[in-house]
Amino acid sequence: MQSYIDEAEKAISNPVLQTALANLQERLGKGAAAAYRNLPEGPGLRLKAHDIRMQAINSLDVLLETLAERVEKNGGEVIFADDAAAAVSACREIARKHGVRAVVKGKSMVSDEIGLNDALSADGIEVTETDLGEYIIQLAAEHPSHIIAPAIHKTRDEIGTLFTEKLGISYTNDPPTLTREARKSLREKFLAADMGITGCNLACSETGHIALLSNEGNIRMSTTLPRVHVAIMGMERVAATLSDHDILLRLLARGAAGQKMAGYVSHISGPRQPGHADGPDHYYLIILDNGRSRILADERFREILCCIRCGGCLNVCPVYAKIGGHAYGATYCGPVGAVVTPLLSGVGRFSHLCQGETLCGACKDACPVNIDIPRMLLELRSMLADGDASWQVRRNSLLEKAGWMIWSWMMQDRRRYEIGVKLMKRIFP
Amino acid sequence: MQQTAATHCRPVLVFPERPVTLFVQCLADSLYPDVKKAVEKIFDRLGIDVICPKDQTCCGQPAFNAGYRKEAGKTAARFIEIFGNAETIVCPSGSCVNMVRHHYPLLFKNDPKYHAKAVDLGRRIFELTEFLVDVLTVTDLGAAFSGRVTYHDSCHLLRGLSVRTQPRRLIQNVKGVVLVEMKDSDRCCGFGGSFFLKYPDISRAMAADKVRNIVDSGADVVVGCDMGCLMRIQKQLIRIGSDIKTLHIAQLLTMAG
Repeated sequence: MQSYIDEAEKAISNPVLQTALANLQERLGKGAAAAYRNLPEGPGLRLKAHDIRMQAINSLDVLLETLAERVEKNGGEVIFADDAAAAVSACREIARKHGVRAVVKGKSMVSDEIGLNDALSADGIEVTETDLGEYIIQLAAEHPSHIIAPAIHKTRDEIGTLFTEKLGISYTNDPPTLTREARKSLREKFLAADMGITGCNLACSETGHIALLSNEGNIRMSTTLPRVHVAIMGMERVAATLSDHDILLRLLARGAAGQKMAGYVSHISGPRQPGHADGPDHYYLIILDNGRSRILADERFREILCCIRCGGCLNVCPVYAKIGGHAYGATYCGPVGAVVTPLLSGVGRFSHLCQGETLCGACKDACPVNIDIPRMLLELRSMLADGDASWQVRRNSLLEKAGWMIWSWMMQDRRRYEIGVKLMKRIFP
Repeated sequence: MQQTAATHCRPVLVFPERPVTLFVQCLADSLYPDVKKAVEKIFDRLGIDVICPKDQTCCGQPAFNAGYRKEAGKTAARFIEIFGNAETIVCPSGSCVNMVRHHYPLLFKNDPKYHAKAVDLGRRIFELTEFLVDVLTVTDLGAAFSGRVTYHDSCHLLRGLSVRTQPRRLIQNVKGVVLVEMKDSDRCCGFGGSFFLKYPDISRAMAADKVRNIVDSGADVVVGCDMGCLMRIQKQLIRIGSDIKTLHIAQLLTMAG
């Protein structure tokens, strides 16, 4: 609780961060709203997308089985990982098998969730993030503070100093120059890498391919230049059919950045086939559970698995706008993080996340798949209030419970209520 | 808080409607009695009788939002007992109506005794401006106020009950009022019930943004339909030494020049 409050306070008193967050929301948050309004099918497509996602989540076992079959048929290998440790060890094993010394990474939140970079580095493998924001974060040895804009908390002056220190260039805070320098340095890494690791925006069960979206082209290079490509996906990131997949990708680009479509879209269905000019020799798809089955099994929270990680809810959340991503203390921040982080990493441990939101509902309206985040925040609060054996959650505070019992007792009688009112007048004169 | 000069009000419309039952809402009942009086005055001017059950307390929302569903359920059950037989219930708070309409069915989903009653009650409870504009089709109450007014969309009223245009139409029809829209009128003020008590610094930072937009709008008065939000906004206005006033919409609608 205290770290949430402390980190929030730090962010609130940082005027540069406050301006950056306000600009981000002004641009991306409002951009997404406009993009939904301009959908050819109308904004109602979000509701249809919700149904598409829920249907997929409800038949996940079948969809994943079909997906795996198709990937294998195309010459790829599929690994089901129960938890972070299993996914990490699968990656290490693949790297060992192929004699990998250098890895380039496309932006992937799930790799941050499992702590992959540290594990590979410990094996003596050089790991380089290739998304510009992620690259900056990696050089600074920090964690992302936004799902799609990971370095939003860094100023260009800070980035200039960082690049001088780490890349040995002369100081500049000019964004185009800094981008050119990053590009120069990254180009060498791409050409030298043995293995590319990416996430997966959305897989398609019907076709057996995965789609990756980016605006920098770095993901395409990570998936085609190295001889090995490993893609890691949360087990919920699958659409049943190509037409569902199409609807969801269009909404993803709109939710994330107000775009009709991202600048680069890669559809990957396996390793290089005979006659193909490029592509990796080996392709692995790691399908990660890491607590998702447990969410799937609970009707109250299943809906959060519909999330396609566009970060759109961060771009409208008035709390995120003030406290930034680091206060959440986890890979997934913002409204979606407030639901998914406690469920993946401990409801009790992350109790402040669901309580530190106002239930304003802006996140639901901004969600490309219309997820009812406030409803689940309320469910989490209810788990904390009275404990929940199925999630091994203990009652948050006996004192608070006693307080609400007294409150309830007072509300059962008009005279007692009036005494309460008098007390309230003392608190709020 | 500006005083209502209601003695000058004359009934503008007379409806042969059946009486409405008033759920006052605890903040209006306790801290802001002027709001309750203003609501009663509105119905008086419309010629509609108001029944105000003496035993009423709270709808249970504070406990529900804090996660204490047993305590909320007990309070909500009492609310259903008191208001269950009323034909039409009107409340000057969007978030309380949202609680009854949308959260009661959830709260009683495993309770056969109350579930049907809860669903039924949700269809008969209305937020004040929603009732005036959508049910009674009244958009002009003959009020007058000279000044620039900005309107704050409270979250549960807007996103829970989809009420956006109704209050604005009522405000625009107040003689002498110029409605000036603030930037991001639909952005949360930072109240959030217990959030405001648990995370006061974050709440204050949010309220500061809201108040900056209110000040920038050039308004003399900020009007809202939920006292929780108005309380939060007022606190911040005082903090920065602004002389912009907060008014519940019922108060504005009972003003006479």
